Amino acid sequence: MWFFSEEEKLLQDTVRQFAKSELASKIEKLDHEEGFNRDAFKKLGELGLLGITVPEEDGGAGLGAVATTLAFEEVAAVDASTALSYLAHSILCLNQVAQNGNAEQKTRYLPKLLTGEWIGGMGMTEPGSGSDALGMRTKAVKTPDGMAYVLNGSKTFITNGPCGEIFYCYAKTGETKKDISTFMIEKGMAGFSTGKKFSKMGMRASPTGELVFENCRVGVENRVGGEGESLKMMMRNLDLERITIAGISLGIARASIEAATTYARDRKQFDKPIGSFGPIQERLAEAASWYEACRALTYSCAKMWDEGKMVGKEASMMAAKAKLTSAQMATKVGLECIQILGGYGYIREFPVERSMRDAKAVESGAGTNEILRVIIARQMLGEGASG
Amino acid sequence: MDFQPTAVQQELRELTRKFVKNNIWPIVEKDEETGTFRPEIIAGLGELGLTGIPVEEKYGGAGLGYQDYIVAIEEIARASAAYAISVAVTGLPQVILCEGGTEEQKTQYVPPLAAGKAIGSFSLSEAGAGSDAGSLTTSAKRQGDHYLLNGTKLWTTQADSASTLLLMARTGGPGPQGISTFILEKGMPGLTLGKREKKMGMHISHTMEVLLQDVKVPAKNRVGAEGDGFKVAMNALYAGRITIAAVALGVAATALEVAANHSRERSQFGKPIGEHQGVQFMLADMATELESARLLVQRAAWLKDNGLPFATEASMAKLAATDMAMKITTDSVQLLGGSGYTQDFPVERLMREAKVLQIVEGTNQIQRMIIGRATHLRKEF
Repeated sequence: MWFFSEEEKLLQDTVRQFAKSELASKIEKLDHEEGFNRDAFKKLGELGLLGITVPEEDGGAGLGAVATTLAFEEVAAVDASTALSYLAHSILCLNQVAQNGNAEQKTRYLPKLLTGEWIGGMGMTEPGSGSDALGMRTKAVKTPDGMAYVLNGSKTFITNGPCGEIFYCYAKTGETKKDISTFMIEKGMAGFSTGKKFSKMGMRASPTGELVFENCRVGVENRVGGEGESLKMMMRNLDLERITIAGISLGIARASIEAATTYARDRKQFDKPIGSFGPIQERLAEAASWYEACRALTYSCAKMWDEGKMVGKEASMMAAKAKLTSAQMATKVGLECIQILGGYGYIREFPVERSMRDAKAVESGAGTNEILRVIIARQMLGEGASG
Repeated sequence: MDFQPTAVQQELRELTRKFVKNNIWPIVEKDEETGTFRPEIIAGLGELGLTGIPVEEKYGGAGLGYQDYIVAIEEIARASAAYAISVAVTGLPQVILCEGGTEEQKTQYVPPLAAGKAIGSFSLSEAGAGSDAGSLTTSAKRQGDHYLLNGTKLWTTQADSASTLLLMARTGGPGPQGISTFILEKGMPGLTLGKREKKMGMHISHTMEVLLQDVKVPAKNRVGAEGDGFKVAMNALYAGRITIAAVALGVAATALEVAANHSRERSQFGKPIGEHQGVQFMLADMATELESARLLVQRAAWLKDNGLPFATEASMAKLAATDMAMKITTDSVQLLGGSGYTQDFPVERLMREAKVLQIVEGTNQIQRMIIGRATHLRKEF
């Protein structure tokens, strides 16, 4: 984008180089075997990219939403699974600890998350509460001595659940929808287990699982922020998640468009490159235009976020718009690009079938299309949205 | 116009549904994961008379029409597009031989295929000849009483388990008029399999490369006259498009069933999600598109059964039904949210299966070319 700073352009080059050398040769196999590229996290840590949004005084890169979205786009253009796990680690866990944790919590968790020695994740969604996130039922009850909480309940669809060490988890500490508190949950705590791992259509090299709490005792020192005071920071981070995950959709779409363009140039049928046929040109032109439109919206949102030019519900609406359009665009572009490649698009030798499978995940993760439309419409209609 | 299914069609539906429930549903998810094809399933369908539905009884078939055939294909596809395709592909050589084969070819090759005791295959595409099938380069050189075949074929469904393979090769000059069709048998010297494609979905159905190195094929194995091969292949594909469209109906029907069940069972914001208008509208579009496509498929089958021109209508049915299946399966994954994306529900598999239906038996771009050319010349609508 025209407004990228020199620093952001440098970051883009660095991440592109990283993706090419560390991810490209491994992803097809990891996708097939449902593996996880843990080494990539060590390398991202060495490059200082895991704490991309973490302030410099806390050991991070001190960058904003534009830089993060760029990093995710570049990783996702090669390996969307690693991009998704990177987002869960850096935005959903690391960024939240840095933003909301106290000095003690930062000292305990940040160093190992910044180097990638520990993998982080976040626990919000539950089996019965997806789009209806505030309907969560995991309960945290304070012990009589006030020194700890006992957690019961379960979380589902947790990115990095099966491979992570640290989870930034939400639980109810009261009866109302808004009584939400946050707890740092560490792998190995008594009463905490990671439940089952899901087999998925795509994003297969980004492990997704459950987090299960059965009388899990968590010391009061692991509560982040005040009791019942997490709602606002949970919602604000969802906005940042939505802006930056749009970068993943952009990267996926770009990879598909590049593959289809090369193919349309090289493939001959009826004695001409298929790119010389009008309908193929039309498809490519549409795909490229939608990609650019989503890219402009997403980075413009990221820039406004970084400069404090969109806040509160306005920010939630804009983030929802960027994510809704980008996610739908990536699946649509993915399907079209498979079709341009015909039979070759359906086999694993070309990356477009994987791109499409990965793209579909983003239409449900980080807020389904449906709930994003609700957020947008409510902001547009105000009182008029309630029946 | 009669929209009531016949007694035969109702019986076919129940018979197929029962077999599919007992024999395919229990194994399909696991077999898709491991890519395991079970010939015994085709044999089982054969015992019920479901692998040779449109073939004359004297060659072992059921002697029924395409209107009946699509009922069985749709039912199989509700559980597994791969087995529905397997039945359709085993059907292709039967249909081709019954229409253009010699009496000897018919009696020798059709009965085992119609009974499901043998598996059939059809090989046309090559690396450089996909939509432009008329440019294929596999050669068949006449040498006395046989032909010598050389070349490489791509995208051949179930070539690894087929005992009878119909294959198009070039006997004459360039272009479609230089192509002939041959019956190849498993084990012919020089006929080997190349790689098996790793695909996005439909793993039960193996997609093979077929290698031909000086394969000696007796001249009596040529189907029709020299140079008729392309016509033979195209005629088979016109009918094949009706069956692929029926596969799409089955895939979409299951995706819609799962979505509707989920909309009743899943509650968010204190009520079943099916009571939210956004979800209702999605279901309404899905149901309407499925029913529209089904009518188009039935009409194409009716035209064929009545000996009327049906090629354009078959293309319309294939285009509409497979695009519809892609959309319905995608929306079904969406309606199930995160659950739809996992392999705990069948819809993500159905979505991966739907995609290939837009590519096989003529890509949907080729269908548009066929329909577009016909429409361009039509004066009344």
